[in-house]
Amino acid sequence: MRRVVPFIVVLVVGTILLFTVVNSLPPFGSFPQRRLGAFENQSIGQIILENAPRQTGSANVVTSVVWDYRGYDTMGEATVLFTAVCGVLMLFLATRRQE
Amino acid sequence: MMAGMTTIVRTISRLLFPFMFLFGVYVLIHGHLTPGGGFQGGVIIAAAFVMLWLAYGLEQSPIGFELFRTEILEAIGGLTLATVGLVGFAMGVGKFFGHVLPLGTLGNLLSGGDLPLLNIGVGIEVATSLVLVFYAMLRKVAWDEK
Repeated sequence: MRRVVPFIVVLVVGTILLFTVVNSLPPFGSFPQRRLGAFENQSIGQIILENAPRQTGSANVVTSVVWDYRGYDTMGEATVLFTAVCGVLMLFLATRRQE
Repeated sequence: MMAGMTTIVRTISRLLFPFMFLFGVYVLIHGHLTPGGGFQGGVIIAAAFVMLWLAYGLEQSPIGFELFRTEILEAIGGLTLATVGLVGFAMGVGKFFGHVLPLGTLGNLLSGGDLPLLNIGVGIEVATSLVLVFYAMLRKVAWDEK
């Protein structure tokens, strides 16, 4: 009994959430519209998809977003990776020098 | 574990290594044309080296490894990104990461402006980073077992 009641609650709530999400999904292939700013009623995803090959010369839209529209952010990610590796090397290889 | 695995695993991983390396380089070079890019290609290249270490053990690996050189290579990979960004800032349209090289025709291997350079730089950095992390951990295990 103590296991059945939580299971039923999870099942009911999960079903309600699933139906809510499925009913409010946009149709396949369409981007959600922006609600704020100057580009109201325009989808930023659609704009990037249309303009990326012409603006960046890259056939891969993901690469053009990652390295061109957001290149500064990606360089920060690479810096984070570099710093993390420096920390790992320091942690694992520094113990030898003490012995 | 540090002694490596059986002959079957060693032979297979030795034969598989160049193909994995080549596939990683392919994913890295074609980052602006096909799915993939610097991060993914670098991870595949690093996985090839880690596979050899797991099969052979750290000491008997057929691939020579020098800690200092790999660290230098990682720094070069990271510096490439900053250099390309700064060159775009200085010579390009005055934007950080502005394109200096011509965009070329869409779909060619030599196209996309500076994007292939950035992909190669980050690929070198990711590959050497993961190799260094695994080397440090395996080396620590080898020391602790002694």
